[in-house]
Amino acid sequence: MSVEITIKGEVVTAYLTGELDHHNAAGIREKIDGAIDSNMPSLLVLDFGGVSFMDSSGIGLIMGRYRCLQKHGAKMHITGASPQIEKVMKLAGMNRLASIN
Amino acid sequence: MKIINKFNMNFYARSANEGFARSCISAFASQLDPTIEELNDIKTAVSEAVTNCIVHAYKEKLGKIYIISEIAEGGVLKIKIRDTGCGIENIEQALTPLFTTLGGERAGLGFAVMQSFMDSVKVSSKLGKGTTVTMTKKILPRITVNG
Repeated sequence: MSVEITIKGEVVTAYLTGELDHHNAAGIREKIDGAIDSNMPSLLVLDFGGVSFMDSSGIGLIMGRYRCLQKHGAKMHITGASPQIEKVMKLAGMNRLASIN
Repeated sequence: MKIINKFNMNFYARSANEGFARSCISAFASQLDPTIEELNDIKTAVSEAVTNCIVHAYKEKLGKIYIISEIAEGGVLKIKIRDTGCGIENIEQALTPLFTTLGGERAGLGFAVMQSFMDSVKVSSKLGKGTTVTMTKKILPRITVNG
């Protein structure tokens, strides 16, 4: 599991690759939080295009970042989720927290 | 129901084994020719159950996780995931979506995912002895169109 982060103006985009589970979530969380803390973006884009599997640990990751962004009045956008990931996200009601496409 | 095939495995409750466990079950379940969605449902449910053993049952302790899986006549896949960890004090509460004893980054959705993605989920637990989660899913035969 890896994450590549790009910064364009006030937008931080995290491109996630691999399988997102409890084992991998902590390392990914640290990198995304580092980018949020040092850039204070107005929008965080989580790109799941390269994620082949996600369980509810991924939901924890999204919810944690959402809370963190809320403190700064920033927003979150989720993109590239496969049908499997979208199914987990819908079950967790993620569509109420962030825009998903 | 007649059992056609069966396997069992056990491994250390290390988080690195979460992916290993779902890959094993996925390979075993593939004999039933599931759809990609059915296979993903099974993998996700197993991942949740195994993560629960690591995060909740054993916490800082290194225990073992035992999995028995069976394929029964009629395309029914049964998966039993057992730990010998701390046990669940209140199963009803543990099954409530968003309930978690750990807070932080845990979503409290493990059992909700299992219940939603599998046909049945049964949880039995004894404090100080451990927990067993038994899940089933029927894989429907696919209609093949010739020509």
